[in-house]
Amino acid sequence: MFRLEARTSTPAWFNLALPLIAIGVTLVLCSGLIAVAGAGVIEAYGVMLSASLGDSYAITETLVRAAPMIFTGLAVAIAFRAKFWNIGAEGQLLAGAVASCFVGAIPMPGYLAMLLMALAGAAAGALVALLPATLRVKFKVDDVVSSLLLNSVIYYALMALIEGPWKDTFSGYPISPPIEDSANFPVLIEGTRLHLGVVVALIAAPLCWFLIARTTLGFRIRVTGENPEAARYGGINVQRVLLSTALLSGALAGLAGVGEVGGVHFQVMSDISPGYGYSGIVVAMLARLNPLGVVPAAIFLAAVMTGAEAMSRATGVPAFLSDVIQGTALLAMLVALLFTAYRIRRVGAQT
Amino acid sequence: MSAPLIEMRGITKIFGAVKANEAVDLSVAPGEILGLLGENGAGKTTLMNVLFGAYAPDAGEILVEGRPVAIHNSADALAAGIGMVHQHFHLAPRLTVLENLLIGIPGKSGRIDRAGGLARLQEIGHQHGLSLDPNLPVSALSVGEQQRLEIIKALFRGAKLLILDEPTAVLAPSEVDGLFAALRSMAAQGLGIIFISHKLNEVRALTHRCVVLRHGKVAGRVDHPASTTSAEMAKLMCGHEIVPPTREASTPGAAVLTLDGISTSGHAGTPLRDVSLFVRAGEILGIAGVSGNGQRALADVISGMLPPKAGTMTIAGKTVTQFSPRELQALGLGRIPEDRMTTGLVTNLPLADSMVLPRIGTESFSRKGLLNPTAIRAFAEEQIKAYDIRCPGPMVRAGALSGGNLQKALLARELAFDPKVLIVSQPTRGLDIGAARFIHEKFLAMRAKGCGIIVIGEDLEELLMLSDRIAVMYEGRIAGTLPSADATVARLGLMMTGAVQTGEAA
Repeated sequence: MFRLEARTSTPAWFNLALPLIAIGVTLVLCSGLIAVAGAGVIEAYGVMLSASLGDSYAITETLVRAAPMIFTGLAVAIAFRAKFWNIGAEGQLLAGAVASCFVGAIPMPGYLAMLLMALAGAAAGALVALLPATLRVKFKVDDVVSSLLLNSVIYYALMALIEGPWKDTFSGYPISPPIEDSANFPVLIEGTRLHLGVVVALIAAPLCWFLIARTTLGFRIRVTGENPEAARYGGINVQRVLLSTALLSGALAGLAGVGEVGGVHFQVMSDISPGYGYSGIVVAMLARLNPLGVVPAAIFLAAVMTGAEAMSRATGVPAFLSDVIQGTALLAMLVALLFTAYRIRRVGAQT
Repeated sequence: MSAPLIEMRGITKIFGAVKANEAVDLSVAPGEILGLLGENGAGKTTLMNVLFGAYAPDAGEILVEGRPVAIHNSADALAAGIGMVHQHFHLAPRLTVLENLLIGIPGKSGRIDRAGGLARLQEIGHQHGLSLDPNLPVSALSVGEQQRLEIIKALFRGAKLLILDEPTAVLAPSEVDGLFAALRSMAAQGLGIIFISHKLNEVRALTHRCVVLRHGKVAGRVDHPASTTSAEMAKLMCGHEIVPPTREASTPGAAVLTLDGISTSGHAGTPLRDVSLFVRAGEILGIAGVSGNGQRALADVISGMLPPKAGTMTIAGKTVTQFSPRELQALGLGRIPEDRMTTGLVTNLPLADSMVLPRIGTESFSRKGLLNPTAIRAFAEEQIKAYDIRCPGPMVRAGALSGGNLQKALLARELAFDPKVLIVSQPTRGLDIGAARFIHEKFLAMRAKGCGIIVIGEDLEELLMLSDRIAVMYEGRIAGTLPSADATVARLGLMMTGAVQTGEAA
């Protein structure tokens, strides 16, 4: 017989081991689906691996895909640290994309345009995140629900824009007009899509870590998240901390949208994000809300996404497997987190 | 006496490197009340959790009425006739008394046997003088009544042995008498009882025999608690003599904190109604009262957590009525909250973080928004040494510390910056004698340095020992204030019930 027993302390290696175990369990569980789809498990995962990380071009493609998830992962990680339950990174990303696309379409020198696109996108994301945070602080409205529902509001507002007043007159498709060529983010390696935004994302992660671990705002975010009453008693203005966290989180999610507009699509369309905002939640959980862990977690999910398409072409397993892997990884991680607080003990042998 | 009801033989329980229990033997006979004594961390609760099936022992065996039994969970324990009343109750607040009793009890063909339950409840009430209205929701019960329900619940499930983990910590003095009468009646009818407590006078009054634990081992057994002095028992618990501190005579200075006509509303507890009081430099003002008479609101107003509806508060002559906790701290207010785990500390973060929490953003621990981890760590290490806080180091999770060490950490964080006024609530609740003495000495030392201290407490003997004056709270008002030289437990007890209003106008 086995039972759960409360732990008095958690070994340090758990932080690293848990996500790896969760990923391992996920791959094992999902191999069942691959088998059902009639393909060889080893072969399918092999194709996924080589298509996502097998050569330098594949690696750049994976990084390009990882960049928005690094931003949304950071957005969610920071928000969750303060227990501001921001499920709205998707909407904040879209708002950031729209705002940066507007700015990018205005003729001006390239680097100024990129800077202003980033500022506009971050500001738009921050404003969107501020709404559920304000509702929670002022009226105790549940932030999970409000931030989640806001995603649909933003998405359909975006659709209304690109189907209506903002429709590209040249193509006639429901897409926005493109940004100026000079505002396109520079490509860092010739012949790939690796753009400046990817580097910014990779730099953002250690900056966010520094913010959380080494600044007074980070301290206040951590304390507010762990125990708001002790925070207030200790003289922290909890409401202000929640609002600041929301602004920061929304701005990061907005930057994810900026990168997609400036570095990948150069315009806004309805499917500019294949759910990067939601993937950010998985990323943040796999990273155990540590900004440094967000980078490998985002690269893992990006590899699964890029790999799944190639696997689909090669073996006939539907590419939807990547969504299943994401979802399973989140569940596996949540179960794995249980073992930071409890351990399994065998009982019943001695009487 | 007959064969033991319960016998624990050679129980050992190890957590990591710590032996929480080591070869502990203990037995309870039918009709016996056994006292289980020990300082915090001595292993009392662990031992009882082993008995109740929450932990599996690493060695040793448990015998019920002479037969070895395996207890893997609370269901096994209940089946073996062992019932436990925890410090924190396990009740469903929205359900009624009767419904709480029936939780988990299978009725006939999947239906709940209300009539049978009701009959059993009345029978138990009649037998032991434990009555409760079966149709009241638990949320409407007082803490004492909820405890009574927990006891009834254990009896309802056929417990022959009842474990009570510090049952009096949550009770008012008058409720304690009722509890003791019920426990004596149960013992007289052949039940065995294990009574865990820190309060030696209660143990001496109630129990037939005591087992004293120290560092997880049996440090001694007391066969006649009633004729053993508290000092002797304290020595067994701590391993050395405990000398009560003395309060030197002194002349208090000018008032450092005054409340004038303070009233509150919209608070979870009893609101304050026109409360006026003051404390002077170098003086300790005790606030006595049965809990729930506005003490929580008083502490919250003074610490800035609850802005009052009317009245004014001043610190050293400056009006601070609507000040935030941060602004009050900056003026030299130190606070020790009633609930150290939820209000005082952040249990999931390193101890050092909790210790600098009120002063984060000040020059001491940060500059221009950047933390100074070296200073934070050094401060925590210094205080850990100065206050003898037992812990692996400043980076340990605060929640891993025992209650006494947490209280020392909170005290260290507030006293390190020489407060002019100190407001403390229930400063030694749940602490063992050694830790309580340490805290008392710190308060008296602060008093000698000219700090004005307000101590909110329920332990009248503690208040009489510490305070220069004692104010009594009743239904959100100050019922009266006495110099402690004129106060006795009996007189204060009477004032606490609202029967008399005496003393100087505060």
